[in-house]
Amino acid sequence: MDLNYSPSELAFQAEVRGFLADNLPRDISDAVRHGDEVGKEMSERWHAILSAKGWLAATWPVEFGGPGWTPVEKHIFEEECCRAYAPRIVPFGLNMLGPVLQKFGTKEQQDSILPRILSGEDWWCQGYSEPGAGSDLASLKTRAVRDGDHWVINGQKTWTTLGQHANKIFCLCRTNPEAKQQEGISFILVDLDTPGIEMRPIRLIEGGHEVNEVFFTDVRVPYGNLVGEVDKGWTIAKYLLSHERTGIAGVGFSMQSLEEVKALARKVRRNGRPLAEDPLFAARIARAEIDLEAMKITNLRMLFKAQEQGAPGPETSILKIKGTVIHQELKDIARRALGPMAAPFPGHVTEGNIMFGPSDTEMNAAKYFNNRKTSIFGGSNEIQRNILTKAALDL
Amino acid sequence: MDFNLTQDRRMMADSLTRYLADQYPVTHRMKIAYTLPCHDAAKWGELAELGVLGALVPESAGGFGGAGADLAVVFEALGRVLCPEPMLGAAMAARLLIAAGAECDALIAGTTRYAVALGEPESPWDLTDITCTATAKGGAHVLSGRKGAVYGGQAADTVLVAAKLDGRLALFAVNTSDARTVAYPMMDGGGAAEVLLDDTPAILLMADANAAIMDATNAGIVALCAEAVGAMEVTLATTVDYLKTRKQFGVAIGKFQVLQHRAVDMLTEIEQARSITIKAAAELGGPLADRSCAMAKHLIGRAGRMIAEEAVQMHGGIAMTWEYPISHYAKRLVMLDAQLGDTDYHLSRVMAAYAA
Repeated sequence: MDLNYSPSELAFQAEVRGFLADNLPRDISDAVRHGDEVGKEMSERWHAILSAKGWLAATWPVEFGGPGWTPVEKHIFEEECCRAYAPRIVPFGLNMLGPVLQKFGTKEQQDSILPRILSGEDWWCQGYSEPGAGSDLASLKTRAVRDGDHWVINGQKTWTTLGQHANKIFCLCRTNPEAKQQEGISFILVDLDTPGIEMRPIRLIEGGHEVNEVFFTDVRVPYGNLVGEVDKGWTIAKYLLSHERTGIAGVGFSMQSLEEVKALARKVRRNGRPLAEDPLFAARIARAEIDLEAMKITNLRMLFKAQEQGAPGPETSILKIKGTVIHQELKDIARRALGPMAAPFPGHVTEGNIMFGPSDTEMNAAKYFNNRKTSIFGGSNEIQRNILTKAALDL
Repeated sequence: MDFNLTQDRRMMADSLTRYLADQYPVTHRMKIAYTLPCHDAAKWGELAELGVLGALVPESAGGFGGAGADLAVVFEALGRVLCPEPMLGAAMAARLLIAAGAECDALIAGTTRYAVALGEPESPWDLTDITCTATAKGGAHVLSGRKGAVYGGQAADTVLVAAKLDGRLALFAVNTSDARTVAYPMMDGGGAAEVLLDDTPAILLMADANAAIMDATNAGIVALCAEAVGAMEVTLATTVDYLKTRKQFGVAIGKFQVLQHRAVDMLTEIEQARSITIKAAAELGGPLADRSCAMAKHLIGRAGRMIAEEAVQMHGGIAMTWEYPISHYAKRLVMLDAQLGDTDYHLSRVMAAYAA
């Protein structure tokens, strides 16, 4: 038993840390630290920096332009990126479609699409959920009907994250309404410039715009935009969701939040002493830190197992459930630390040069509310429990 | 023993509920709640005409209510529709004005809108360390200091300010137009302001206001707890409706036992929240008020977060949207904890009694 990284892993960690120190633009890390929206320009700029280094497609094998990292190296990279306040990699092309095309795509699809993901020419988004198909994704209704050399698509997708920046979308469509639910779905690529597509913003609980609805009316795309076999899209969907679960524990983000909360508790003064000296408040932080300490090791144990056995098991659902709850708790503590100073609606707090709380904290309430999404998306924590019930406990 | 409302209070509850349903529906609330001044002067006048402000004031001061149960009736109805109007300031100001022997007529008529400024950025709830100071100047007083997150301060004509005068906690009235205020809408709807005092003229209402401020704070706590109970009940009812109508896997999701039990846990928490609110309302003004209100505000803080988070989680994505009202109920239920002492602050007050 050895909980430490190997010498080569430590060297890799030092290399990543040095690269981030030298190459992560300050304006971008400041935006991440402050909780500002990391817009299209910043995301693309950061992607380009990583792409030039060959580190953008962390999950891709070398032959497709990936760095060929082990699961532990991928973990180290993610952890260091969080520590440095790098923005999240926009996952739809890199971590979702990329691996799908590498496994199910034709040579031609791989050659034409993958380089454009690496170069940043294409920004993909995801057309999975529908208003009537959330947790029960297989009940999706968006229809794709073959018409000669084309598909004609009609329907509606929702929760399309960052679709407002995208030029392409991959969709799950029903191609055989007679077959069993899971057996009549196909995976189809769509150019968002195609006539008949309308994207509408969905405003979230804290006021931000990061998800969208996408409406399809008689949208015609080439038949060759099908990925894999017709009616076999569910297999691809499941494969993609297993990739979505990479890094799902969000340990790096929680470590970031923990440090922020500790700093905040030392900085905020309440009745003559730092909040960190309030035993009730300190207990909240300590409980979260203990949970996170265990989660770090749980995460490493599952990484180790994935590295040994070649694939992650159903236990990764534990990472999703516990990881999101820990992160949400830390966001709750951060909001709580400010008391009524967390109340102002973000964007109003610098009016008249009045600081309402310690700097970098104006978004704390907004972040808490926004992060309620993490136990809902990517397979809600209830769905993860269903997976564990069957796959881990055989009940 | 009788847990029924008196006939007068039932009538107030019914007429206010009806008024809000007609005149302050969610669509109107959304227009007011997030845009300064987060206040609808015409509706405020109508609420005054309806007797809502009078219900916060006892008969001896020209109103027809003023007891804890009156506050609870009014604020539960306001909480059910997430009414963003600055009613809390009126409820607390009424008690302070009465304690100071001042008139409540303009408050009851709705012509003077009050906010109450007690806490400061570094002492938001416990007032022993407040730094705002009063100085006598030419037979009157001036105030200097900063009051943070003054709820309703963005729409107030008069702010009642707690400040140190010769080392004691005193209460002053400040015309909002005399002070520098920075107004903002809040995350959970409604407005507040930073009140910046710099030799600002003020009228002394009470030189030793400690007890009156505690009493007004307790009244505010009863109001907030009742508001929370109203908001929680609507949140649960909406969630249960959704469980009955939302279908996944071919059935209404309310058929899943795991969700059924969680909805029942919400119901249980709300019954407890209602009980502790009734208790606090009953003790208001009496010797057990501090303890009962501390207990109530602690429990409401815990229950509010639980109800908010469970409602959002059980709905799923739809409750994460601005368009769906439950997101706003969730924000109010969570952020209400930061007003007049959060769940930890009041827990520590309850704990402090064990050592005494």
